Amino acid sequence: MSIQVRDLRKTFGHFKALDDVSLTFHSGELVALLGPSGCGKTTLLRIIAGLEYPDSGAVLFSGEDATFTHVRERGVGFVFQHYALFRHMTVFDNVAFGLTVRPRKQRPSREEIAKRVHRLLELVQLDWLADRYPDQLSGGQRQRIALARALAVEPRVLLLDEPFGALDARVRKDLRGWLRRLHDELHITSIFVTHDQEEAMEVADRIVLINQGRVEQVGTPQEIYNAPASPFVYGFIGDANRLSGHAAGGWAELAGLRVPAPEFGQSEPRPVTGYIRPHDIQLQAGDKGEGVAVRVESVAQVGAALRVGVRIPNGDTALQVELPHHGGHWPFQVGEPVRALPCAARVFARDGAH
Amino acid sequence: MSGVMSSLSTPGNVVVSRRAVTEAAWLRGLLIALALAFLGVFLVVPLVLVFQEAFSKGWQAYLAALTEPDAWHAVKLTLIAAGLAVPLNVVFGVAAAWSLTKFHFRGKQVLITLIDLPFAVSPVIAGLIYVLVFGSRGWLGPWLEEHNLSIIYAVPGIVLATVFVTFPFVARELIPLMQEQGVSQEEAALTLGASGWQTFRRVTLPSIKWGLLYGIILCNARAMGEFGAVSVVSGHIRGKTNTLPLHVEILYNEYQFAAAFAVASMLALLAVVTLVAKSFLEFKHQRDRERAAHAAARQEVS
Repeated sequence: MSIQVRDLRKTFGHFKALDDVSLTFHSGELVALLGPSGCGKTTLLRIIAGLEYPDSGAVLFSGEDATFTHVRERGVGFVFQHYALFRHMTVFDNVAFGLTVRPRKQRPSREEIAKRVHRLLELVQLDWLADRYPDQLSGGQRQRIALARALAVEPRVLLLDEPFGALDARVRKDLRGWLRRLHDELHITSIFVTHDQEEAMEVADRIVLINQGRVEQVGTPQEIYNAPASPFVYGFIGDANRLSGHAAGGWAELAGLRVPAPEFGQSEPRPVTGYIRPHDIQLQAGDKGEGVAVRVESVAQVGAALRVGVRIPNGDTALQVELPHHGGHWPFQVGEPVRALPCAARVFARDGAH
Repeated sequence: MSGVMSSLSTPGNVVVSRRAVTEAAWLRGLLIALALAFLGVFLVVPLVLVFQEAFSKGWQAYLAALTEPDAWHAVKLTLIAAGLAVPLNVVFGVAAAWSLTKFHFRGKQVLITLIDLPFAVSPVIAGLIYVLVFGSRGWLGPWLEEHNLSIIYAVPGIVLATVFVTFPFVARELIPLMQEQGVSQEEAALTLGASGWQTFRRVTLPSIKWGLLYGIILCNARAMGEFGAVSVVSGHIRGKTNTLPLHVEILYNEYQFAAAFAVASMLALLAVVTLVAKSFLEFKHQRDRERAAHAAARQEVS
């Protein structure tokens, strides 16, 4: 089922949680709502679920207005950050809950419920925990049970609010891959909220980046990473060196680094801010040749990459550079003079805020 | 009192461990001795004396004092007052706690303060309020008289006064508990298609049941033992508007000490039963928690 939201606005007191948000979620896709905490992403999810109502705007399910449809009738599966499992019920009863509260006429028989619950528990690979209580489960297990419970009512949409936010790093990683595979199996329209860009990049078909109640950019993980639409997106997704300078005639000068800036073709220089990814800077030994002269300040090996900190003496600007790394050999030593060459950059006009 | 009540609502397991914060042995001994001496003088000795006095004229006199028609009527009236006040306050308390913790609205703080009012106000004043409202010279007095309804110096007044003084117990017990639990379980139930009633009965109620029972026990103890407020509205009509505490006072004022203490011993027994029930609930609650914790620990090991 496709979901559309149109011109959503929501304020809490003086706080603008959502400011004119319009989005379309296609049938069967897995979308991440990504943004810093307090950006309104959870509010958006809760409005789609019907746990919150917008001040203005509309929510459409398959083209039909569902803005004020009660959460009970929306047919959404919602997974909470802190699981919200019913603590006094066994895992089995938790998963069965959505089926057992149905009006008698629509309620499946006892055997049918048991069969469906066990099928769902098998789907989340926790069939052996049916008789346990939530207190007796690990965080990762609880979240999988919460997902099975949400799926039991055969929702048209699956909404997940920071589903892995309360878990430790390794479990998170496992569950991410698992969620992706599960989605590929079920093909149910799914939206999940996260503040973790890595999680969004790894799991989602598309990412919606939200900042201060507004949509900053919508796109596939590749689009968002390779063509950030705003300084905010550039800063939020991946690491970036942020440099100020001036641009004119299609080129920008950022602390001595010269990078192409085709958007700035005018002749008089304009103040700009440029972003360069650490892996988009090359280092060349020696102090003669192309690029700008810098001094190596630190070298550290992080996994398969070599992180080199360099400083441009002129203007005293520090740069982070990331180089591919093979074997134990470090090509540069601390204190060595080298030359830095940017091979890709993104330049934005500077207006007070950035 | 709130300290005692909140002990059940605090979550998490109590971890017993050796603490760095401790005192010299003599000081600990002294403090413990002081506490015990205080308890002895102010609680145990009076309690023992109550029973001693009650039995001072022997078994027969004791039983006679309890089975005497006026005493028997007082017992019945006390049971009626508690039997009405407790269920009413369970409903009020749950409704108040529910609305205060699950919804956002203006004037929430005012409502919380109002719930505490009966704790803050002297019970005598509580009684007087009802006399002023329902008494023959009160606001509604003439109208009530016209319609041949009596509230003050009758059973309804006693029930009203009891409801007033016991109002905070259930709500006060539930509010912190429900606040801490938040609304996500209820929200989960709603997304799964449960109605409001189903959510309350199957999700909210089971998760507050220990706190609720605890509140009921305290509420009941106070309802049966209330003196001040009931005294003002009852009129002390023997065999008609006397509750147990009032009956004790009457007997005492008539120098029937043995009988007075015999009836008082019933109230004391009630207190003991209340304490035992309360401890039992705490014990069960604790055990449930520990069981869950043990099971979790076992699972982690395996």
